[in-house]
Amino acid sequence: MIQAVGLRKSFTARSGEVVEAVRGIDVEVRRGEAFGFLGPNGAGKSSTMRMVAAVSPVSGGTLRILGLDPATDGPEIRSRIGVCPQEDTLDTELNVSDNLYVYGRYFGLPRAEVRRRVGELLEFVQLTEKAKAKVDDLSGGMKRRLTIARSLINRPEVLLLDEPTTGLDPQARHVVWDRLFRLKQQGVTLVLTTHYMDEAEQLCDRLVVMDKGLIVAEGSPAELIRSYSTREVAELRFNVGEHERVAPKVEDLAERVEVLPDRLLLYTADGEEAIAQVHARGLDPVMSLVRRSTLEDVFLRLTGRTLVD
Amino acid sequence: MPVDVRRAARMTDYWLVLVQRTWKGSVVSSFVVPFLYVLAMGVLLGGFVKADPAELEGATDYLAFVAPGLVAAQAMTTVFGEVTYPVMGMIKWNRAYYGMIASPLGVPEVVFAHLAFVVFRVAVVSAVFLAVMAPFGVFSSPYGVVLAFLAQLLLGLAFAAPIYALTVSLPNESGFALIFRLGMIPMFLFSGAFFPIANLDAPLEALARVTPLWHGVDLTRMLVLGEVDVVMALVHVAYLAALVLGGWVLATRILERRLIT
Repeated sequence: MIQAVGLRKSFTARSGEVVEAVRGIDVEVRRGEAFGFLGPNGAGKSSTMRMVAAVSPVSGGTLRILGLDPATDGPEIRSRIGVCPQEDTLDTELNVSDNLYVYGRYFGLPRAEVRRRVGELLEFVQLTEKAKAKVDDLSGGMKRRLTIARSLINRPEVLLLDEPTTGLDPQARHVVWDRLFRLKQQGVTLVLTTHYMDEAEQLCDRLVVMDKGLIVAEGSPAELIRSYSTREVAELRFNVGEHERVAPKVEDLAERVEVLPDRLLLYTADGEEAIAQVHARGLDPVMSLVRRSTLEDVFLRLTGRTLVD
Repeated sequence: MPVDVRRAARMTDYWLVLVQRTWKGSVVSSFVVPFLYVLAMGVLLGGFVKADPAELEGATDYLAFVAPGLVAAQAMTTVFGEVTYPVMGMIKWNRAYYGMIASPLGVPEVVFAHLAFVVFRVAVVSAVFLAVMAPFGVFSSPYGVVLAFLAQLLLGLAFAAPIYALTVSLPNESGFALIFRLGMIPMFLFSGAFFPIANLDAPLEALARVTPLWHGVDLTRMLVLGEVDVVMALVHVAYLAALVLGGWVLATRILERRLIT
């Protein structure tokens, strides 16, 4: 569906400085899968998405979307994909159903067909009762669902979602995830960016981890955790400022120890055992817990930084 | 910047829906304001103006002189309102342009459709104004009125395209106050709508002659009063058409550079 080889993007910033947002990435997204770009702000995810959406010219390398070249077939590509941008671009002067209706018309769909789809999509994103409401009166989660509905008006083969749940409360995020699951079941290829590891774990079959414009790892969430982390993680919190001092004393208890400002992470196959050893050495953490490894740990391992900073 | 006009036409429903949702706000100004202007400036103020018709560019009295000028000036002020804040809003506030270019539409189609809508607005406003003027008996012939109406569309575009280009090149709305105060209002007052520009000092008269509004006022007045100087009329049309083309090309290029990064 999407193939990128050596894909690059650079901008000239207002200061005249050249910013290399994407520095040569290879990506292949297959039909029907949910593919994620995971990375912190500024990793190059959104720049990549804008190139894939055929609204941002490629600076280097090759990019094919549905087998087409965005440089020459932009309108054709855009007619077959759906785009749910990071910032809502809904028309606040129009009501909910008009936003969908006029957007459907941009694709050259006949009026009657657009009206039918508007009804279906409002149903799908659970906004039927809000059809005549003003966009400004919707909650953040409703606006997001409306934007998703709008991106589906042309029955896209690929749906691009740039940070689909950023800024939403937990409940609203789950509603959005549920709708995206349903789309995936219907066979829509999903490509999303996120800086939430739980979102990536929930939604993505495969993902790439991006950092500073490059791909630093690739695989399914489970594969990535297996390759780059341990089965369990013991988290220890000591008093403020003690973490650096305590770290050398527990270093041999785990495969790897990460020192964060507010806690120590001990990467080990058996977290309970590690904590027992910590106590046996006379160290007394304020708090301790054992959890399974997540993509956050993968990211920390690969980049030395946490995702949401 | 080739425009796919058929594709641009897909935006018709967007602009129609927008008009349906917002027309109530402008209906009073569209009908009442022209009437008030003609009454105040043409009839009441004009009652005090005892000018020699020879100095009124072919008009028999001040009402006949000022009325065509008011039509052209109103076309201009309509355009200034339409291509400043609303355009900036679609770039920066509701970001509607970004939604449009994510669809198969491109920037050339977006600009084309927006300018087409501005022409539609000018058409409505000018048609109403000309209709309001009819009972005051200033028209020489129906034929002239139709041509004067078409001249407003050209004049409207001659303002719309370059000012649209200016708007999309500005970082934000803070420059608009300046455009209105130093661009629109002086043009409104000194471009021959209210008095013959021959009354100005020579340098100011020369300045007035290069303003698009003067070309529009003079053209409208000729057509309404039936005193057409064909050569001069063609000069006006060519000058305004050049502004349309230059402004349109610039507008598309600048907006493309801004949105497609």
